[in-house]
Amino acid sequence: MLRRGFIVLAAILAPALARAAEPVPVGAIEILTGPNAAYGTAIKAGLELALDTVNAKAVLGGRPIALIVEDSGGTKDGAINAARKLIGRDKVVAIIGPTISNEMFAVGPVTNGRGIPTIGTSTTANGITDIGPFIFRTAMPEADVIPVTLKAAMGRGAKTIALLYANDDAFSKSGFDVMKAAAEKAGLNILATESFGSKDTDFSAQLTKVKALKPDAVGISALVEPVSGVLLQARQLGFGSETLFIGGNGSNSPRLGQIANTAADGLIVGSPWFIAKPDAANQAFVTAFRTRYGRDPDQFAAQAYDTLFILADAIDRAGAADPAKIRDALMLTAHTGAMGPFRFTDHRDPASTEGVVVLRMQGGAFRIAE
Amino acid sequence: MLAQQLVNGVLLGATYALFALGFTLMFGVLRVVNLTYGFYFTAGAFMALWLTRDAGVALWLALPAAAMASGMIAVALDWLLLTRLRRAHADELASLMVTLGAVLALYAAMTAWLGADIRRFPPGLVGAAALVVAGVRVTVAQLLILAASGLLVGGLLWLVRGSRLGLAIRAMAERPDTAGLMGIDTARLAALVSFLSGALAGAAGVLIGLNLNAIHPYMGETMMLRGFVVVIVGGLGDIVGALIAGLLLGVVEVLTAGYLASGLKEAVAFAILVAVLWTRPAGLFGRTDLRSA
Repeated sequence: MLRRGFIVLAAILAPALARAAEPVPVGAIEILTGPNAAYGTAIKAGLELALDTVNAKAVLGGRPIALIVEDSGGTKDGAINAARKLIGRDKVVAIIGPTISNEMFAVGPVTNGRGIPTIGTSTTANGITDIGPFIFRTAMPEADVIPVTLKAAMGRGAKTIALLYANDDAFSKSGFDVMKAAAEKAGLNILATESFGSKDTDFSAQLTKVKALKPDAVGISALVEPVSGVLLQARQLGFGSETLFIGGNGSNSPRLGQIANTAADGLIVGSPWFIAKPDAANQAFVTAFRTRYGRDPDQFAAQAYDTLFILADAIDRAGAADPAKIRDALMLTAHTGAMGPFRFTDHRDPASTEGVVVLRMQGGAFRIAE
Repeated sequence: MLAQQLVNGVLLGATYALFALGFTLMFGVLRVVNLTYGFYFTAGAFMALWLTRDAGVALWLALPAAAMASGMIAVALDWLLLTRLRRAHADELASLMVTLGAVLALYAAMTAWLGADIRRFPPGLVGAAALVVAGVRVTVAQLLILAASGLLVGGLLWLVRGSRLGLAIRAMAERPDTAGLMGIDTARLAALVSFLSGALAGAAGVLIGLNLNAIHPYMGETMMLRGFVVVIVGGLGDIVGALIAGLLLGVVEVLTAGYLASGLKEAVAFAILVAVLWTRPAGLFGRTDLRSA
């Protein structure tokens, strides 16, 4: 009798005990193959670095997080299939990713419909969080970064600006729209707006026209290759240090210095993160990353690293591995990480631009602008 | 500003003309639309990049070396892709499709091998100094392109019009079969024309790469579209026509961007192509030079 009672007790307790240490499944959808694999690989490295620290402490009273990373291959179909697999088979309670905005526009409606909190770490396009109440992002949208850059430009005495942008890709065009709106709002006088094709190699006509107008600053919204081309040709045409070049998100890449070299000197760009940002949280991240991977982290790794901490903290505060409760807990996030202080707005976007640093090209490399 | 814009236009036009020279030669003599032409342009630029950056060769040596190498690639590809078609007297569409497939495969293979990154020649290879005359700036690389375009046009004209070899080339352009009956080794001549046109493409790749600082596997593909316009507007096989059409296209593009709207640059340039073909189907100058010269 006593023995049977013990068996019954054990039968009741065993699953509960097992559940106490049962991992909490969290999914990530990233580009791990194809031409954009560098982004997804950096993100995965950031996530896995954070995972070690998170699991040393564990969440929900001792449960580790099991991170399942799926490859999207950079396509919408790949990303949707990954999301279905993560939700249906792996029963994840939240998803980090996908890597690029186009993928999020495809995946977001699926995960939002299933009530799975989804956090983009690198999706900067307009309208991401409009997809629905379960869609978050920790990536700072361009619209938040550009005003900080323009403020720095005005601090350097810029009153007039000419805008140049690539008119044949969505990223550059949307960056231009943001830059134009921010310049108008900041009270900069826009002297000219010129466009080019992102595969163009000759920008002489546009630059000659801009040079004749003598603007204090020239804002460029394009990917890093055409930006490099514009700067190289601008120097050929005699643009000197009297003109302040301002880059958008596309210019925020070490490739700019590699291609344009000193022709890019003096260009300023706003960045949500920078490796040399001196605060303790960032330096701890950079050191840990270098120790584990033997190379320098980039912005994508930093954003991913912070995001896993933010999510783990929300799961812990939610008190259960329940997607709806995790969503509510995410809304109350207050975290300080490599990117700086972080909270979500009511619309699930990053609330603070405190972490944005303005960088300046010097000798073909970015430094923090004084 | 107008003076600088005109100079910009002439310089851009010279790059178009330089690119199109070998294309119009190949097109006019061999009567094939050989789309691998853009690849010789890319190959020349990469070859010179490797020579100057990694092997430490001086530019004046790297330029002809890269041109020769591109020429040989052209001969090899022409033999590989087109010999069978030529023997079978296949129509132009067949060579168009074969070379289209081949060039896409070549670009993709090159990208897989070397990556799609944009590269540039080591800074300081040609003086970064610019000449300023009455407020108009021209750089050394740009002067080099102008001079090279002029020299190559002159040289090519002499070759085609003034030499015995040119006579054979013109005979072959006129009627390959008859030329063969007159004792011209048409297969060897075709290889020579391929070599010349490949070498011209390679030299153009080096010079344009020097000026525009954007060397990547697909650089030939982006130029190819302009190359077509120049060759067709100038007249198939018309060397002087290519020069004039190139300059015209460059100036029109720059003036449109400078005074109308930068977004309309391409629209205006390609509208001109359509208009020329409507009114003068044989090209702006209404003659095919190699056959009538």
